[in-house]
Amino acid sequence: MELTSQLANQSFPTLPTYDFAASLEQTEAQSAVRQTVGNPFLDNPRMTCRDVAVFYGEKQAIRHINIDVGCNEVLAMIGPSGCGKSTLLRCLNRMNDTVPGCRVEGEIRLDGENIYDPSVDVVPLRARVGMVFQKPNPFPKSIFDNVAYGPKIHGFTTDKAELADIVETSLIKAGLWEEVKDRLQEPGTGLSGGQQQRLCIARAIAVSPEVILMDEPCSALDPIATAKIEELIAELREQFSIVIVTHAMQQASRVSQRTAYFHLGDLIEVGPTERIFTNPRHRLTEDYITGRFG
Amino acid sequence: MATENKQTMKPFSVHMNKDLQRRYRAEKRFQRCGIAAIAIALSFLALLFASIIGSGYTAFRQTFIELDVHFSEDLFKDENLAAADYAGLIKQALRTAFPEVKERRALKSLYMLVSPGAAFSLQDMVKEDSRLIGSRQKIWVPANDDVDMLIKGQMKATEAEADRRLKDDQLGWIGQLEKDGKLETRFNTTFFTSGDSREPELAGIWGAVKGSFYSLLITLLLSFPIGVAAAVYLEEFAPKNFWTDIIEVNINNLAAVPSIIFGLLGLAIFINFWGLPRSTPLVGGLVLTLMTLPVIIIAGRASLKSVPPSIREAALGIGASKMQMVTHHVLPLAMPGMLTGAIIGMARALGDTAPLLMIGMVAFIVDIPGGFTDSATALPVQIYLWADSSERAFTEKTSAAIMVLLAFLICMNAAAVIMRKKFETKW
Ligand SMILES: Nc1ncnc2c1ncn2[C@@H]1O[C@H](COP(=O)(O)OP(=O)(O)O)[C@@H](O)[C@H]1O
Ligand SMILES: [Mg+2]
Repeated sequence: MELTSQLANQSFPTLPTYDFAASLEQTEAQSAVRQTVGNPFLDNPRMTCRDVAVFYGEKQAIRHINIDVGCNEVLAMIGPSGCGKSTLLRCLNRMNDTVPGCRVEGEIRLDGENIYDPSVDVVPLRARVGMVFQKPNPFPKSIFDNVAYGPKIHGFTTDKAELADIVETSLIKAGLWEEVKDRLQEPGTGLSGGQQQRLCIARAIAVSPEVILMDEPCSALDPIATAKIEELIAELREQFSIVIVTHAMQQASRVSQRTAYFHLGDLIEVGPTERIFTNPRHRLTEDYITGRFG
Repeated sequence: MATENKQTMKPFSVHMNKDLQRRYRAEKRFQRCGIAAIAIALSFLALLFASIIGSGYTAFRQTFIELDVHFSEDLFKDENLAAADYAGLIKQALRTAFPEVKERRALKSLYMLVSPGAAFSLQDMVKEDSRLIGSRQKIWVPANDDVDMLIKGQMKATEAEADRRLKDDQLGWIGQLEKDGKLETRFNTTFFTSGDSREPELAGIWGAVKGSFYSLLITLLLSFPIGVAAAVYLEEFAPKNFWTDIIEVNINNLAAVPSIIFGLLGLAIFINFWGLPRSTPLVGGLVLTLMTLPVIIIAGRASLKSVPPSIREAALGIGASKMQMVTHHVLPLAMPGMLTGAIIGMARALGDTAPLLMIGMVAFIVDIPGGFTDSATALPVQIYLWADSSERAFTEKTSAAIMVLLAFLICMNAAAVIMRKKFETKW
């Protein structure tokens, strides 16, 4: 019911079609925007992307994409490299603002509010939509200061005990507390790669975001550290919405509820993870998943 | 097929082997060239140090003569102690030491043995303790520079008398003083505590050191904050457009402008247009600021560029504003590089003479500057002035002043290295 009303309220230049054969045909002869297979829309979404197009100068990196991010779900973005996953992800917290020449068209809403509206301040937005990067990038400061930095600058608390509390809970949620509780004053850069990445996750959740964006968070980590992060993602889902870009399809199938497959700036197919991996409807998706290219 | 393969394989591996050895030899050759280059550079450096130290170390000692001075009451009848005839005291003491000298001309050359500064040291002694009046004291006073040169062996007694500044009778008196133990060399404190003088034995570098200090203080206080702010703005905030490109090119050009041009600019603007007092550390500092700014800006931008983008992303990604990103993360990480750049710029400013010549800091100034607007000179200018003096005794002073300047430069560079090590962040 809600879905239809939502659809009715919005006008799209390309309404999603679910006709599999038709979309396939179009793929073959395509020059215009490819239509998305599967339903990218959700009831009660946390974030919505409507007709989003991203340009780097003249070059278009994302072509008119519609997709929703649900509450308490992990949405995985997969696709061959250069297809625009990172680009779209970085639109969700306006990190692309920092790239000179980058232009975003369309509408991205967080809890119904257009984050590209001129009245929106990116500083609080980035507290609400946190980000974890491909390469662990803790500040060259102590573990404590790494986690406490966000709450400090956003003025969550001026009380020392309270701040210590926030740091502790964040580290506990990031599954790092047991490993670092005795050395909070040591530099965060002295931790192992996996620990550093969990520290970065703790840093992101310390400001109580609603959405956490992760751009290939495990690609620089070994399998054991990766497994830990994946476990962590599953736990974090209970509190946050998570969008994860990954090039490891195994990982997408393990951690996510929904998967979106991108190809050359188009969102080709989106759907429940299980279905995407067991029964892809689009040929490009199938080719990618079966490893025929990527 | 198989045999053919074997045939091609064998020559190939032989060839490979030869090639490998050739590559190793090339590497060896290259290394030897490098070592030779370093050896040549080091030997030039050693030559420089040896020649400077060799000709300058004697300046740290100074010849003194012991005189038996009688502060007779008659001389101090006047209330004003400064008005007393101290030079007369010295002359009288010399006459007492050599009673056989009577003739006017001979007396004159006898008086020449002692520095004109001896009278001032007597004056200072009396000023400090008036109970000396009426007493008889054995006092060590500085010898004249010619005596000093003779004692240090830089003037040979074997030269023909006409070529010597000390004549035979003077040599005789010096010999007698030496024999009586009334002549010795001591550590030359004057060199480190007094200003310039026409008399080599009274000349010191303290005035120049203070002049340099005041100038560099102004340079540091102006160029570091301005340079860092400019670097941060250009690197982090400025839009990348035609104008910022122009600015960047011009800053790079300014860094290569000969320093004398900055001196001319300072003369035209600070002195002629603004009317600031000439020959002062204030103007010197301003001119050196002009010269140092581009260096600091360039070094600052380079060290800002070297801060990894991942740190910026991390800060922005958690909702830091651009300003917070810069002040909390980027600037602290760039600071060691900026400090190093600043110190290197300051070292260059410390050693630069040309711009200071243009703004009149080359004047002969005896008084030690007490502030930014007192007339002053600077260390390198002092070296330039002494090197230009005809008295032989200034040669060793020149080298000694160079040693002092080098010592300061080495300290500054060491500070830069220590700073870099200390603030270096481990990743
Ligand atoms: N800063 C940038 N400037 C110009 N082009 C970019 C920039 N970042 C990415 N691109 C281009 O945008 C496209 C999508 O890149 P990206 O989103 O990083 O892909 P993915 O993360 O899926 O590998 C690529 O063709 C890439 O070359
Ligand atoms: Mg990417």
